[in-house]
Amino acid sequence: MSTRTFGEPIKRNEDHRLLTGQALFIDDLELPGMLHAAFLRSQVAHARILKIDVFKALQRPGVVAAYVAGDLGDYWQPGPILVPPPPIEGIIFHERTQVPLAKDKARHVGEPLVIVIAESRYIAEDALDDIDVELEQLAAVVDMEKGLGAGSALVHDDVGSNVSAYVRQTKGNYAAAAAKADRIIKRRFRYEHGISSPIETRGVVAQWDRRANQMTIWDTTQAPVFVRNGLAGMLGLNERQVRVIAPFVGGGFGPKIMMFYPEEVLLPWVSMKLNRPIKWIEDRHEHFFATTHERGQIHDAEMALSSDGRILGIKDVFLHDGGAFDPYGLTVPINSQCTLLGPYVVPAYDSTFTQVFTNLPTVTPYRGAGRQHGVFVMERLLDFAAHELNIDPTEIRRRNLIPPDAFPYNNEIIYQDFEVLEYDSGNYEPVLDIALDAIGYEAFRHEQALARQQGRHLGVGVACYVEGTGIGPYEGAKVQVQSNGKVSVATGIGTQGQGHFTVFAQIAADQLGVAVTDVDVVTGDTDQFYWGAGTFASRGAVVAGNAVNEAAKVVRNKALKLASDLFECSEADLVIEDGKVSIVGIPQKFVKLGDLANQANPMRGAVEPGTEPGLESTRYFGPKMGATANGVHAIIIEMDPKTFELKILKYVVVHDCGTVINPMILAGQIHGGVAQGIGNAFYEKLVFDDQGQLLNASLADYLLPTALDVPRMELAHTVTKSPLNPMGIKGAGEAGAIPGGPLFAQAIEDALDLKRRSVELLETPLSPSRLFELTRNART
Amino acid sequence: MDIDFHDITLSVNGTKYQRRIESRLLLSDFIRHDLALAGTHVGCEHGVCGACTILLDGQPVRSCLMLAVQANHHELSTVEGLADKAGEYHPLQQAMHEHHGLQCGYCTPGILMTITAFLDENSSPSEDEVREALSGNLCRCTGYQNIVDAVLAAADRMRG
Ligand code: FES
Ligand code: FES
Repeated sequence: MSTRTFGEPIKRNEDHRLLTGQALFIDDLELPGMLHAAFLRSQVAHARILKIDVFKALQRPGVVAAYVAGDLGDYWQPGPILVPPPPIEGIIFHERTQVPLAKDKARHVGEPLVIVIAESRYIAEDALDDIDVELEQLAAVVDMEKGLGAGSALVHDDVGSNVSAYVRQTKGNYAAAAAKADRIIKRRFRYEHGISSPIETRGVVAQWDRRANQMTIWDTTQAPVFVRNGLAGMLGLNERQVRVIAPFVGGGFGPKIMMFYPEEVLLPWVSMKLNRPIKWIEDRHEHFFATTHERGQIHDAEMALSSDGRILGIKDVFLHDGGAFDPYGLTVPINSQCTLLGPYVVPAYDSTFTQVFTNLPTVTPYRGAGRQHGVFVMERLLDFAAHELNIDPTEIRRRNLIPPDAFPYNNEIIYQDFEVLEYDSGNYEPVLDIALDAIGYEAFRHEQALARQQGRHLGVGVACYVEGTGIGPYEGAKVQVQSNGKVSVATGIGTQGQGHFTVFAQIAADQLGVAVTDVDVVTGDTDQFYWGAGTFASRGAVVAGNAVNEAAKVVRNKALKLASDLFECSEADLVIEDGKVSIVGIPQKFVKLGDLANQANPMRGAVEPGTEPGLESTRYFGPKMGATANGVHAIIIEMDPKTFELKILKYVVVHDCGTVINPMILAGQIHGGVAQGIGNAFYEKLVFDDQGQLLNASLADYLLPTALDVPRMELAHTVTKSPLNPMGIKGAGEAGAIPGGPLFAQAIEDALDLKRRSVELLETPLSPSRLFELTRNART
Repeated sequence: MDIDFHDITLSVNGTKYQRRIESRLLLSDFIRHDLALAGTHVGCEHGVCGACTILLDGQPVRSCLMLAVQANHHELSTVEGLADKAGEYHPLQQAMHEHHGLQCGYCTPGILMTITAFLDENSSPSEDEVREALSGNLCRCTGYQNIVDAVLAAADRMRG
């Protein structure tokens, strides 16, 4: 092949449309006769619904319809369970999924009560004020520990408690490990993760075409195929009658894969009822209640160590705030449970969690998806152990790393993909070395001392993590050479900015000897590609990418076969490049790929038996299990000891995600992840009062990092290929976001000399005001 | 509520428009839905994210914080007018492409409008100044680094 693009920083195919304002996002759709929906949502976290009267709303000019739960008849059903609980012995799981409109009780602020349809969004929102609602407010379950106590109000009365799930997983014998330990480190940790806050909120447009008997749904979803299948079932249609299109989506980061949101269920139904297209676009205020969150866990964790700092075992008991419903099963807490183990040898592990129902919005994965919580516990335990055993914090990590000859490394517990948690490959120590070198760890103590003499408080942090990525079940791709010589690639996953239009094009371009710009990628349209799972768990490039590669290989072989027949030569004598197949050494003897595509679909004459028409192929790829990426982040910060103003002086990420398809896009994924990690570590916290009211539901109060808060990052990569797929790639979408919490905690303790002052940072986020509270009574 | 209508005349990217609109109509909704210039995005509708930034008589403004009537008799510019007539990128668009300054691209139109105006005022900004200028535009995807690099490169190119 002349110009290999795989592994090169190829500029993105999708940029042009986005840079010129021509990309279609959901709110850009304008359909003839389109109506608009607005939702009346519960203003309280927990209430019995006594009466809802929409009569006055319906009188308002321009209002077309209004529906409450009772109007939905049999269509009113709790949503499906998206991820059933994994096969773990002794597991308890109470399935209580969200409903389209609250019927008897409202279970969190923002739960929809009424959908109003009007000629414009302005009128629909006006009409919300006309609706008469009577609620009997109930005590809200907000605090997890209180929620589990006797006499607590119940989110779901019929469950009998607020336990959504209970899971215990063990490896080895922790009690025996603890009995022979030289030191036990035991702490209570609280980790809060926030709301993903893509800059584009959610939206749904549904169009029922009565004459064609066809439903088209545009949806800001990360998983269009599942949305189609689910909605077809609910609406009583064949899957073929439903087309779901995820257009350009303005960021997802997890919550856009949740399904089915009430709005996704209701709009198609109403569209069928009224035979009109209907649009609903979430506003930012709604987003804080109507889109899922990630939130908090409380861990009571202990680590047993030998005097030389080797981990003998870990015991952890934690509570996970699941919110009002649990449609996503146990994905988030299982990720926490599994990812806690990190890149380290942990001979014994005893981990138990309880997922708690609360009267707060539902929790589903947000970039990292619980991995952060686990990494925080592990990394903090190691920091305290290092301190007590008088070992350098980076040295204690090094001593416990899984050695390179131990892979595949079996952790013996069950992961979110229902498989045993086994790390496929890794070489961890060089990643740590490169990070320490890049941050200047050796020289830092000296710099720190000098700075301190000038009254400046510097601190260093180093944190390690692994990331389970690229899980199954499968994805598919159809690669097709068009008669104009361009190549089309279609896959079923949705895309939210990850560069799929480019990386999939690179893969196909290399196989087929065409320019990346001549490969047109279609994602997220169920009529273009029928099957698939979705974009989540850092799996798009791994799973769909490998499917594209397999399909493109078949097309390449087909092209070579056709050309060898044409030239009556052996396939080995042919090269495929610059959009043509030619005979080696005789470049003037060639046939264009587009012409071969035409010949593969002849008008006359017999085709050979067993030949499929068209220069195309569809292939599927399903990895046996997820591939495990790893990395180390290191920072140097400066903190003002009075105002707790933070300055990040240096931020280093060293990462191993196997073979890299496009280093430019990979770097972008890491940069964005780090920014979210910084937000998580320092700024972003959903603050609820004891009534379950969110107190900071605007972007003016819930602070996302700005260009002034995110530093320049230095990136480096090592490559340990995954043996689980032919291209050797591992996912990278979440890596940047994972270790921010412990990294900052470590660096802030160092900068403010908190060890000496007997203050330990056991929680995230650590905003300036929280740091003030935590240190105000400490020694100086 | 009584609905009152206004007749307005304004120009967007050099094209004149005359429309009858409701007084309460947001400028962002007017541009996106009445004029079908959907390149201007809306991320928060409360003036924080900057996605809806357009130029009003050359100055960046948040179109979600203005009513369409307030734009009467003004000249507006949106992302659709940034490339030249031949479709050639503005140097900032070109630099954003080259430096991978966008991922989902949702924040991008607002950033392009904010920063083209900024570069008109400050043709050789420092990195700190660029970050300051960008700080009113939220991007959840990129971590800003590549945007900063793109702005510095565009400034460089525009100075020639
Ligand atoms: S939409 Fe106008 S500032 Fe966010
Ligand atoms: S590129 Fe997605 S918000 Fe900026």
